[in-house]
Amino acid sequence: MEFKTLLFYIFSAVTIFAALRVITARNPVHAVLFLVLAFFNVSGLWLLLQAEFLALALVMVYVGAVMVLFLFVVMMLDINIERVRQGFWNNLPLGALVGLLMVGEMAVVLSGRYFGLASLPPRNLPADYSNTKELARVLYTDYAYPFEIASVILLVAIIVAVMLTLRRRKDTRGMRPVDQIAVKARDRMRLVKMAPEVESPVVVAKEGEQA
Amino acid sequence: MEATVLSFVEPLLGGLWSSIKPVWPLIWTLLRIVVILIPLLLSVAYLTFWERKVIGWMQVRIGPNRVGPWGLLQPVCDGLKLFLKEIIVPTAADKKLYILGPILAIAPALAAWSVVPFAPGWVLANVDAGVLYLLAISSVGVYGIIIAGWASNSKFPFFGAMRASAQMISYEISMGLALITVLMVSNSLNLSEIVNAQGKGQFAGMGVGFLSWNWLPLLPMLGVYLISGVAETNRAPFDVVEGESEIVAGHMVEYSGMSFAMFFLAEYANMILIAAMTSVFFLGGWLSPVGFLPNGFHWMALKMASILFFFLWIRATFPRYRYDQIMRLGWKVFVPLTLTWILVVGIWMMSPLSIWK
Repeated sequence: MEFKTLLFYIFSAVTIFAALRVITARNPVHAVLFLVLAFFNVSGLWLLLQAEFLALALVMVYVGAVMVLFLFVVMMLDINIERVRQGFWNNLPLGALVGLLMVGEMAVVLSGRYFGLASLPPRNLPADYSNTKELARVLYTDYAYPFEIASVILLVAIIVAVMLTLRRRKDTRGMRPVDQIAVKARDRMRLVKMAPEVESPVVVAKEGEQA
Repeated sequence: MEATVLSFVEPLLGGLWSSIKPVWPLIWTLLRIVVILIPLLLSVAYLTFWERKVIGWMQVRIGPNRVGPWGLLQPVCDGLKLFLKEIIVPTAADKKLYILGPILAIAPALAAWSVVPFAPGWVLANVDAGVLYLLAISSVGVYGIIIAGWASNSKFPFFGAMRASAQMISYEISMGLALITVLMVSNSLNLSEIVNAQGKGQFAGMGVGFLSWNWLPLLPMLGVYLISGVAETNRAPFDVVEGESEIVAGHMVEYSGMSFAMFFLAEYANMILIAAMTSVFFLGGWLSPVGFLPNGFHWMALKMASILFFFLWIRATFPRYRYDQIMRLGWKVFVPLTLTWILVVGIWMMSPLSIWK
């Protein structure tokens, strides 16, 4: 058995285990962490397929940023696990249907040769083959417009998400960091010129008082 | 280098060699990992010592000077103490994740070193997607802090985790964008080639190589990268994650002994990594600044040491940032600045004035 085959089985086994635990873990934070593990192992599988750009982008974007924010939100939610599980049996048929659909689609993709889809990429790539360059070449030439449109849609989504939740209350007292940073020492403090020594006023004891 | 080692090892083992040969690549890789990690961990130990000394001098103190000559054995003592202390697991903590936290903090900090080139050919894995690998691995480091903060089941660690996740993601963006300009001008994702690309150019031909390094045309990006690096490693003045005056020690509050030491090691290993990365991306790595001196590892070490000194210097000099100011600096200053500079470099490269042809 080749070493790569062994790696493939390890990555796949861990991915399947982690994916199962994502839906069976009782604690939502554990579920998110198992999802991270699944992503990581899928990235390993992609590396075996010589798709190093996609594999590293998966770790960078999903593991490094998206899942961190996910975790951020899930940690702060106080989720009542019993109530979340209530609808399990009602939603099962729909969930099973979606799952079966996905399995069917995967089968079509994986048996692409049988269904006469485009031929798979060549197995043995030259050593100086750069995945990143090839991807960029296609992305910025043949698919330049779809790529740009997709990025604009994402940008719009970001702005909309910010604007939907942006509420400026009138009665809050905020600070402007710009003004604070621009402040100079002379705005806050005044140096006064004065003689180094001042004669202390003589206190004269009044009559009847004890000095 | 492998051939030289093999010529020593083969006669030494004699008859045993035939049985070892199939696993030799594994042994060879492990050997190289050890050769990288042991000096790294030693430098972490002595960086802590150097930090205490430097900050001591800056504050007109002496710093550690009791253990060994000039206090040089202080890190050994500290390490021994941390080894012998009990690891306390809080009763209400999530035990598995509580143990996993420090491990996840240190593992990426060490794994990132596999693509760092120290001198021509001195690299564990000379991969073509080295920059991507670095960005991917360093973005995983935040999990150690988040998991530790959550699993401790305590208020201050949780605040630390929240602050860490927001801060580290924000500064990762400006860091990645700053690196894009480096990739553009060096036309490669391979770290060794990024260094080699800095050795070419008009100034390098004139014998003043340091003027052809990336720091000059990409000066704003060097600033952004260095400052984001400080923020990524949660060092002062960006250390709100563990700000001792606000949340005691953030994610590390509940940790003791070696589990605490893991976070400590990870922080310093990351500092050294940022220093190595800055010298590779902007300061020409192992290249000599002037033509008449030879290239070599000593230049890389010198550059890393100066950047590490910069880390200690700003720690002793600046007060801690307020949280909203950190976010403002990351999102409203660095991200627009890097995006603009990407545009500037792009136009520059396409114009007849391009210096990277």
